[in-house]
Amino acid sequence: MPMVNIAGKEVEVDEEGYLVDLSQWNEDIAKYMAVEEKVDLTDSHWEVVNFLREYYAEYQIAPAVRVLTKAIGKKLGPEKGNNKYLYELFPYGPAKQACKIAGLPKPTGCI
Amino acid sequence: MSDMDDMDDGSGIIKKFMFLNRKAPHGTVYALEGLEVVLITAAFDQDVSLVFTDDGVFQLMKGIDTKGIEVKDFSKTYRALEGYDIEKLYVDQASMDARGLTEDDLIVDVTVLSVDEMANLMAEQDVVISF
Repeated sequence: MPMVNIAGKEVEVDEEGYLVDLSQWNEDIAKYMAVEEKVDLTDSHWEVVNFLREYYAEYQIAPAVRVLTKAIGKKLGPEKGNNKYLYELFPYGPAKQACKIAGLPKPTGCI
Repeated sequence: MSDMDDMDDGSGIIKKFMFLNRKAPHGTVYALEGLEVVLITAAFDQDVSLVFTDDGVFQLMKGIDTKGIEVKDFSKTYRALEGYDIEKLYVDQASMDARGLTEDDLIVDVTVLSVDEMANLMAEQDVVISF
Protein backbone atom coordinates (compact mmCIF):
# COMPACT_ATOMS: atom_id res chain seq x y z
CA MET A 1 0.00 0.00 0.00
CA PRO A 2 1.20 3.55 -0.69
CA MET A 3 3.27 5.48 1.82
CA VAL A 4 2.96 9.22 2.16
CA ASN A 5 5.22 11.63 3.97
CA ILE A 6 3.23 13.84 6.32
CA ALA A 7 5.11 16.48 8.30
CA GLY A 8 8.30 14.44 8.11
CA LYS A 9 6.67 11.14 9.09
CA GLU A 10 6.11 8.18 6.77
CA VAL A 11 2.56 6.87 7.08
CA GLU A 12 0.80 4.11 5.21
CA VAL A 13 -2.55 4.81 3.52
CA ASP A 14 -4.87 2.53 1.57
CA GLU A 15 -5.69 2.90 -2.11
CA GLU A 16 -8.40 5.46 -1.29
CA GLY A 17 -6.12 7.48 0.96
CA TYR A 18 -7.46 6.32 4.33
CA LEU A 19 -4.92 5.93 7.13
CA VAL A 20 -4.04 2.26 7.66
CA ASP A 21 -2.89 2.43 11.29
CA LEU A 22 -5.16 4.76 13.20
CA SER A 23 -2.83 4.87 16.18
CA GLN A 24 -0.51 6.99 13.99
CA TRP A 25 -3.12 9.73 13.70
CA ASN A 26 -2.28 13.26 14.79
CA GLU A 27 -3.38 16.77 13.89
CA ASP A 28 -0.81 17.05 11.09
CA ILE A 29 -2.31 13.98 9.45
CA ALA A 30 -5.81 15.43 9.85
CA LYS A 31 -4.68 18.65 8.17
CA TYR A 32 -3.01 16.72 5.34
CA MET A 33 -6.14 14.62 4.76
CA ALA A 34 -8.27 17.78 4.83
CA VAL A 35 -6.17 19.36 2.08
CA GLU A 36 -6.54 16.15 0.03
CA GLU A 37 -10.30 16.39 0.51
CA LYS A 38 -10.33 20.14 -0.21
CA VAL A 39 -11.85 20.90 3.19
CA ASP A 40 -10.83 24.00 5.17
CA LEU A 41 -10.80 22.80 8.75
CA THR A 42 -12.71 25.07 11.14
CA ASP A 43 -13.73 24.48 14.75
CA SER A 44 -17.02 23.06 13.46
CA HIS A 45 -15.12 20.51 11.37
CA TRP A 46 -12.94 19.58 14.32
CA GLU A 47 -16.02 19.04 16.44
CA VAL A 48 -17.24 16.38 14.00
CA VAL A 49 -13.77 14.85 13.57
CA ASN A 50 -13.31 14.57 17.33
CA PHE A 51 -16.80 13.16 17.69
CA LEU A 52 -15.93 10.44 15.17
CA ARG A 53 -12.75 9.54 17.02
CA GLU A 54 -14.72 9.18 20.25
CA TYR A 55 -17.34 7.10 18.45
CA TYR A 56 -14.65 4.80 17.07
CA ALA A 57 -13.00 4.42 20.48
CA GLU A 58 -16.34 3.40 21.94
CA TYR A 59 -17.68 1.11 19.19
CA GLN A 60 -14.65 0.16 17.06
CA ILE A 61 -16.35 1.14 13.80
CA ALA A 62 -16.77 4.19 11.66
CA PRO A 63 -20.52 4.91 11.59
CA ALA A 64 -22.65 5.07 8.45
CA VAL A 65 -23.76 8.62 7.66
CA ARG A 66 -27.32 8.07 8.87
CA VAL A 67 -26.02 6.79 12.19
CA LEU A 68 -23.48 9.58 12.48
CA THR A 69 -26.16 12.21 11.87
CA LYS A 70 -28.39 10.78 14.57
CA ALA A 71 -25.57 10.38 17.08
CA ILE A 72 -24.38 13.96 16.51
CA GLY A 73 -27.94 15.19 17.01
CA LYS A 74 -28.04 13.44 20.35
CA LYS A 75 -24.69 14.77 21.52
CA LEU A 76 -24.44 18.24 19.96
CA GLY A 77 -28.07 19.15 19.32
CA PRO A 78 -30.52 18.98 16.42
CA GLU A 79 -29.08 22.08 14.71
CA LYS A 80 -25.95 20.00 14.06
CA GLY A 81 -27.46 16.55 13.74
CA ASN A 82 -28.87 17.02 10.27
CA ASN A 83 -27.72 16.38 6.72
CA LYS A 84 -27.70 20.02 5.69
CA TYR A 85 -25.27 21.07 8.42
CA LEU A 86 -22.98 18.07 7.96
CA TYR A 87 -22.92 18.22 4.14
CA GLU A 88 -22.07 21.92 4.28
CA LEU A 89 -19.01 20.99 6.34
CA PHE A 90 -18.14 17.90 4.29
CA PRO A 91 -19.69 18.28 0.81
CA TYR A 92 -18.52 14.89 -0.49
CA GLY A 93 -20.13 12.99 2.35
CA PRO A 94 -19.66 13.60 6.07
CA ALA A 95 -19.01 9.96 6.93
CA LYS A 96 -16.50 9.44 4.14
CA GLN A 97 -14.61 12.72 4.35
CA ALA A 98 -14.72 13.28 8.08
CA CYS A 99 -13.67 9.67 8.73
CA LYS A 100 -10.69 10.10 6.46
CA ILE A 101 -9.63 13.25 8.26
CA ALA A 102 -10.18 11.55 11.63
CA GLY A 103 -7.89 8.71 10.54
CA LEU A 104 -10.65 6.11 10.65
CA PRO A 105 -11.35 3.43 8.04
CA LYS A 106 -14.07 4.01 5.47
CA PRO A 107 -17.46 3.55 7.16
CA THR A 108 -19.04 0.11 7.20
CA GLY A 109 -22.43 0.16 5.58
CA CYS A 110 -21.46 3.11 3.45
CA ILE A 111 -22.96 2.39 0.05
CA MET B 1 -46.53 -12.51 7.83
CA SER B 2 -49.16 -9.76 7.95
CA ASP B 3 -46.63 -6.95 8.28
CA MET B 4 -45.08 -8.04 4.99
CA ASP B 5 -47.38 -5.50 3.36
CA ASP B 6 -45.53 -2.56 4.89
CA MET B 7 -44.53 -0.26 2.06
CA ASP B 8 -42.70 3.04 2.41
CA ASP B 9 -43.15 4.74 -0.92
CA GLY B 10 -43.75 1.80 -3.20
CA SER B 11 -40.07 1.07 -3.63
CA GLY B 12 -39.39 -0.54 -0.31
CA ILE B 13 -40.63 -4.02 0.42
CA ILE B 14 -39.58 -4.87 3.94
CA LYS B 15 -38.53 -8.44 4.49
CA LYS B 16 -37.73 -10.20 7.70
CA PHE B 17 -34.05 -11.08 7.80
CA MET B 18 -32.53 -13.29 10.45
CA PHE B 19 -28.79 -13.51 10.88
CA LEU B 20 -27.79 -16.61 12.73
CA ASN B 21 -24.42 -16.46 14.48
CA ARG B 22 -23.14 -19.87 15.50
CA LYS B 23 -19.38 -19.57 15.78
CA ALA B 24 -16.90 -18.29 18.36
CA PRO B 25 -15.83 -14.69 17.71
CA HIS B 26 -12.24 -15.41 16.75
CA GLY B 27 -10.43 -18.21 14.98
CA THR B 28 -12.59 -17.89 11.89
CA VAL B 29 -13.75 -14.80 10.06
CA TYR B 30 -17.46 -15.69 10.28
CA ALA B 31 -18.39 -13.54 13.27
CA LEU B 32 -16.76 -10.36 12.01
CA GLU B 33 -17.98 -10.82 8.44
CA GLY B 34 -21.47 -11.57 9.73
CA LEU B 35 -21.45 -8.36 11.74
CA GLU B 36 -20.37 -6.35 8.71
CA VAL B 37 -23.17 -7.82 6.62
CA VAL B 38 -25.65 -6.89 9.36
CA LEU B 39 -24.40 -3.30 9.44
CA ILE B 40 -24.72 -3.05 5.68
CA THR B 41 -28.20 -4.58 5.70
CA ALA B 42 -29.22 -1.87 8.17
CA ALA B 43 -28.85 0.68 5.37
CA PHE B 44 -31.71 -0.99 3.47
CA ASP B 45 -34.31 -0.50 6.22
CA GLN B 46 -35.15 -4.16 6.56
CA ASP B 47 -36.60 -5.97 9.54
CA VAL B 48 -33.45 -7.49 11.01
CA SER B 49 -33.10 -10.01 13.83
CA LEU B 50 -29.82 -11.32 15.17
CA VAL B 51 -29.61 -14.71 16.80
CA PHE B 52 -26.66 -16.05 18.77
CA THR B 53 -26.55 -19.76 19.31
CA ASP B 54 -23.99 -22.52 19.96
CA ASP B 55 -20.50 -20.95 20.33
CA GLY B 56 -21.97 -17.80 18.76
CA VAL B 57 -23.06 -16.69 22.24
CA PHE B 58 -19.37 -16.06 23.01
CA GLN B 59 -19.45 -13.19 20.49
CA LEU B 60 -21.46 -11.15 22.98
CA MET B 61 -19.32 -11.81 26.03
CA LYS B 62 -18.19 -8.89 28.13
CA GLY B 63 -14.51 -8.32 28.80
CA ILE B 64 -13.07 -9.93 25.69
CA ASP B 65 -9.34 -9.19 25.41
CA THR B 66 -7.79 -9.92 22.02
CA LYS B 67 -4.34 -8.46 22.67
CA GLY B 68 -2.74 -11.89 22.96
CA ILE B 69 -4.02 -13.04 19.56
CA GLU B 70 -3.35 -9.70 17.87
CA VAL B 71 -6.73 -9.25 16.22
CA LYS B 72 -9.24 -6.46 16.54
CA ASP B 73 -11.76 -6.76 19.37
CA PHE B 74 -15.03 -6.01 17.61
CA SER B 75 -17.25 -7.00 20.55
CA LYS B 76 -17.86 -3.32 21.33
CA THR B 77 -19.42 -2.93 17.91
CA TYR B 78 -22.46 -4.94 19.00
CA ARG B 79 -23.27 -1.98 21.24
CA ALA B 80 -23.44 0.25 18.15
CA LEU B 81 -26.27 -1.83 16.64
CA GLU B 82 -28.90 0.17 18.50
CA GLY B 83 -27.76 3.27 16.63
CA TYR B 84 -28.31 1.32 13.39
CA ASP B 85 -31.89 0.59 14.55
CA ILE B 86 -31.08 -3.08 15.01
CA GLU B 87 -32.67 -3.85 18.33
CA LYS B 88 -33.82 -7.46 18.02
CA LEU B 89 -31.08 -9.55 19.54
CA TYR B 90 -31.84 -13.08 20.66
CA VAL B 91 -29.77 -15.75 22.35
CA ASP B 92 -30.49 -19.44 22.72
CA GLN B 93 -31.13 -20.48 26.30
CA ALA B 94 -29.61 -23.96 25.96
CA SER B 95 -26.42 -22.59 24.40
CA MET B 96 -26.07 -20.12 27.27
CA ASP B 97 -26.70 -22.81 29.89
CA ALA B 98 -24.23 -25.23 28.31
CA ARG B 99 -21.50 -22.57 28.53
CA GLY B 100 -22.36 -21.32 32.01
CA LEU B 101 -23.39 -17.89 30.72
CA THR B 102 -26.20 -15.61 31.86
CA GLU B 103 -27.48 -12.32 30.44
CA ASP B 104 -25.22 -10.50 32.91
CA ASP B 105 -22.18 -11.86 31.07
CA LEU B 106 -23.22 -10.19 27.81
CA ILE B 107 -22.22 -6.80 26.47
CA VAL B 108 -25.69 -5.93 25.12
CA ASP B 109 -29.32 -6.44 26.13
CA VAL B 110 -30.77 -9.58 24.60
CA THR B 111 -33.91 -11.67 24.70
CA VAL B 112 -33.29 -15.24 25.79
CA LEU B 113 -35.40 -17.78 23.90
CA SER B 114 -36.16 -21.45 24.42
CA VAL B 115 -35.73 -23.90 21.56
CA ASP B 116 -39.45 -23.76 20.76
CA GLU B 117 -39.58 -19.97 20.80
CA MET B 118 -36.51 -19.85 18.56
CA ALA B 119 -38.10 -22.28 16.11
CA ASN B 120 -41.22 -20.11 15.91
CA LEU B 121 -39.17 -16.97 15.35
CA MET B 122 -37.23 -18.70 12.62
CA ALA B 123 -40.40 -19.87 10.91
CA GLU B 124 -41.61 -16.24 10.68
CA GLN B 125 -38.58 -15.10 8.68
CA ASP B 126 -38.39 -14.47 4.95
CA VAL B 127 -34.63 -14.94 4.87
CA VAL B 128 -32.31 -16.74 7.27
CA ILE B 129 -28.57 -16.30 6.79
CA SER B 130 -26.19 -18.38 8.84
CA PHE B 131 -22.64 -17.45 9.81
